[in-house]
Amino acid sequence: MSCCAPGAEMALDLVSTTSVLPSSQEIRLASRSLGDDLRQTDLSVPTVHCAACIQAIETALAKLDNVEGARVNLSTKRVAVRWRGDQVPPFVAVLGRLGYEAHLFDPEVGNKDKTLSELIRAVAVSGFAAGNIMLLSVSVWSGAEGATRDLFHWVSALIAIPALAFAGGIFFRSAWNALRHGRMNMDVPIAVGVSLAYAMSLYETINHGDHAYFDASVSLLFFLLIGRTLDHVMRERARTAIKGLSQLAARGAMVLRGDGARDYLPVGEIEPGMQLLVAAGERIPVDGKIIHGATDLDYSLVSGESTPRNVAPGETVQAGVLNLTGSLTIEATAAAKDSFLAEMVRLMEAAEGGRAHYRRIADRVSALYAPVVHLTALATFLGWMAATGDWHRAITIAIAVLIITCPCALGLAVPIVQVVAARRLFENGIMVKDGSAMERLATIDTAVFDKTGTLTLGQPRLVNAASIDPGMLAIAADMAAHSRHPFSKAIAGFAALGRQHKFDAVNEHPGFGIEATDAGSTWRLGRRGWAGWKARTGGEGKHGYGGTVLTKDGFIVATFDFEDALRAGARAAIEQLNDAGVSVEMLSGDTAGACGEVAEMLGVDDFVPCLLPSGKVERVETMTKDGHKVLMVGDGLNDTPALSAAHVSIAPATAADIGRNAADFVFLRESLLAVPLALDVSRKAGNLIRQNIAIAIVYNAVAVPIAILGHVTPLIAAIAMSASSLLVIGNALRLQTSMPNSPAKNVRRDRRSNITKLAQSS
Amino acid sequence: MTTLAYLIPVALFLGALGLGGFLWALKSGQYEDLDGAAERVLIDREDKLGR
Repeated sequence: MSCCAPGAEMALDLVSTTSVLPSSQEIRLASRSLGDDLRQTDLSVPTVHCAACIQAIETALAKLDNVEGARVNLSTKRVAVRWRGDQVPPFVAVLGRLGYEAHLFDPEVGNKDKTLSELIRAVAVSGFAAGNIMLLSVSVWSGAEGATRDLFHWVSALIAIPALAFAGGIFFRSAWNALRHGRMNMDVPIAVGVSLAYAMSLYETINHGDHAYFDASVSLLFFLLIGRTLDHVMRERARTAIKGLSQLAARGAMVLRGDGARDYLPVGEIEPGMQLLVAAGERIPVDGKIIHGATDLDYSLVSGESTPRNVAPGETVQAGVLNLTGSLTIEATAAAKDSFLAEMVRLMEAAEGGRAHYRRIADRVSALYAPVVHLTALATFLGWMAATGDWHRAITIAIAVLIITCPCALGLAVPIVQVVAARRLFENGIMVKDGSAMERLATIDTAVFDKTGTLTLGQPRLVNAASIDPGMLAIAADMAAHSRHPFSKAIAGFAALGRQHKFDAVNEHPGFGIEATDAGSTWRLGRRGWAGWKARTGGEGKHGYGGTVLTKDGFIVATFDFEDALRAGARAAIEQLNDAGVSVEMLSGDTAGACGEVAEMLGVDDFVPCLLPSGKVERVETMTKDGHKVLMVGDGLNDTPALSAAHVSIAPATAADIGRNAADFVFLRESLLAVPLALDVSRKAGNLIRQNIAIAIVYNAVAVPIAILGHVTPLIAAIAMSASSLLVIGNALRLQTSMPNSPAKNVRRDRRSNITKLAQSS
Repeated sequence: MTTLAYLIPVALFLGALGLGGFLWALKSGQYEDLDGAAERVLIDREDKLGR
């Protein structure tokens, strides 16, 4: 067992229990070659927590044959295994035996994050330059004169060159990009201000002038880069966390050749007409037709249907469906690029539009800000020219205006708040893809939820356990432990501790149920018609799932009723959303009956059942046309187009891969309270952003007149700029403390959530 | 004034040394796994596989 209690990622159990270990062919496919027969496989291991975990994993993996070495990265919760040879060492199984659940993910293309290291290097260089120049400037302000001052100015000018070239390059490139496309962004005034300040200071230095602004231009870059780097780190963390989730789409499939040979091919190379073997627990890789085998298929991630469907040869299956009980041979009818999954991607791309038009607050402000600032500086220059005719003085003052208005506080106002807010959400298991997502979430007035897998867990729960004879329930639970059918898993949860019933033989009949023999009698757990072959009396149960019974020698001894288990906190989440003035609607691909029940339990007034994926998109688009800002929360493949059509979208960690990629937020924990929490944090962040922008504008309103009148010295500029930046940062940090309704305070009934809570408090 | 002639270069050199050290640490991957580095001190040295 693992040494330490697993944390928030516990909620991901939901997925892992339904999936099988990746096959060795799949691991080989996902590994990358390091040359010289050496291969590296990256595994995401969400439950590594401490030094003992690191040591246990690294020692156990390194002992395997053909493994060169393993290295755990605790920050990203990954293990990189280097191995050689044709045979893939069984590392996933070894990790499983140690109590760590591991999943594969695709090797990264660039491997290292180039932008991040460039940003950090830029921060280091500009920090070094800002510190040293500031030291020299302080001596100048304290009264260094004549040759000493000139020397200090010259040294400052030299130190500033690498800082401007390297650290400033980021801003110059971005500003140039914006201007070339006829747009304005915050980097334009920054780039103009910094370069003019440097040019003027250099001119002053050459002419033995009093005032040089080297410190202002470099420390400005330093401050802004800090904000930008934090912003990037935050988003990167969210991105890695999401990438570390287990992949739900099939990566490849076992192809049966005509001569009986078996090949494992990546999904992209499967062509129509090929025969594929799909084992129980795997997802169907491409659309196809069943040739032989009978099984139960779980459509919940694909169509939103909550009840598994029983299929027989001749029926068609869609890519992405989970094969639950028996193995199947299917004939591919479409290549991956024409399959259901690809269809969803196409719909998704077509739907993208709403958020492409969204312009970030910072961009909207800077579109106004930059022209105003530059016009003010120009007017100042013209004014002083007209008043004094001294062009050198006029230019000096105009540039001082540019420096003092350089949007240091404004450039920090938005990213700092978003970093603090994203951190806040991260602590609660919510990943934010980018800052604009929070801005968009703050504006919503309608929330649309998918049913299966979002409001519900997409997993059945036994509802009549109390009315079943405990002895029978224990027998049923022991039998059910042999199957991965969702109903079986629901029953298996009721197994009596320690008392394992001994059966002589247990067989699973795909599509029907489980049969066990014990001391001459035959027990069957499954469909009523199959299990109770001697007792064809009694109607279906009152719930839709009522067809499951336990029989002894053909006579029914217990009946099981199931309902789709609601996601923890679903009702509270919807109440909180209603309180926040957001109207809630449910869209589902499931039947009207199943939807009605859930809607009633949760207090959702509006729902639309039996929707196709395109129907969901249409519904979202209609609402958007009516002027609503729509939040879409969904997990299935069928929700993906709607996720990208909506103004902003949230997906649970258990969502289909493309859904997770399309969504702006991904929440890792089970509780749906993540949705109102994200809304709350985003709205608070929105308020703070507006306050920060107001602070920055007030600062300008005070500082600009002083600058226009020509009273700004480098000392005043340095103090004013630092003070306004600190004020803005301080204001942003208020978000850390003011959080009344964190989900930790809400009661959770779920056993798993309790474990999570324990883990957090330890 | 003459003291400045060598004090400033000395100060800058030391600063540059620090900067260089940081950039080197960054490049050699010492910031890749900060949490892991904090925990690895607890692993016994005798086990060479830990490295």
